[in-house]
Amino acid sequence: MTINPELQGRSYPAGDVYSVGRESVRDFARAVKATHPAHFDVAAARALGHADLVAPPTYAIIVAQRADARLIEDPGSGIDFSRVVHAEQKFTHHRAITAGDELVAELHVDAVRAMGTGAMITTRAEIATVDGTPVATTTSAILVRGEGQ
Amino acid sequence: MMKLADLSVGQEIGSRAIEVSRADLVRYAGASGDFNPIHWNERFAREVELPGVIAHGMFTMGAAVQLVTDWAGDPAAVVGYQTRFTKPVPVDDADPGAVIEVTGVIGALDAAASTARVDLTVSAGGQKVLVKAQALVRVG
Repeated sequence: MTINPELQGRSYPAGDVYSVGRESVRDFARAVKATHPAHFDVAAARALGHADLVAPPTYAIIVAQRADARLIEDPGSGIDFSRVVHAEQKFTHHRAITAGDELVAELHVDAVRAMGTGAMITTRAEIATVDGTPVATTTSAILVRGEGQ
Repeated sequence: MMKLADLSVGQEIGSRAIEVSRADLVRYAGASGDFNPIHWNERFAREVELPGVIAHGMFTMGAAVQLVTDWAGDPAAVVGYQTRFTKPVPVDDADPGAVIEVTGVIGALDAAASTARVDLTVSAGGQKVLVKAQALVRVG
């Protein structure tokens, strides 16, 4: 199946709210082998001036990949998830994510470029709090491998 | 907080070796919500023509930046981070199943923005697995 070139420029409005819990921050920190006390100990995070536990720098990928899933699972996209390879990733943090945040993500398909029988798709998730404060901008490039790639 | 005046381009911030097992990939899958079977199912990985189970690119990216977080002293000081994923990291059914080597060097300083760019070299099995891995750190 080929990738729909008309995906470029498409956007998906903010979907489900992602509630950042302390245990989720701790679990993610352990999963990336982070040991900084600000991920685990509320007092240590507050001593650095944060409201609560601070998420590791790549934590926003959880919210970004949930937003990407809306595109990948869109029957009109033509994307076969089993043929998706992560090619590039970028995070820009407008402020740190901390436990207690209620986040939403708006997804934009910035580019679709044919690569042989497959395609490179660049998506951008604008992550904000439910009251509209910008938190992070994440950009992902995924390669959808075509037949024989 | 790190002071810009104390830093110079080319300065090394340190290095570390990160041991990875398949249990680590299962843990990352659970914590991140990325349950793609290529990261835990040998049979499935081979069916899609991979050498075997491979680490999540985001596991490698997330683990590599800990060198920067610890150097900066505050995880929130990492205001930007990017990479390209060039080679997969095969993780053998052994303990450890792979070792990821990370080194960091200051690549640029921006006095106007009060940031330092840390360039990471990330390799496994003698091959670079992340390319143009750069973290932007807020400094005083």
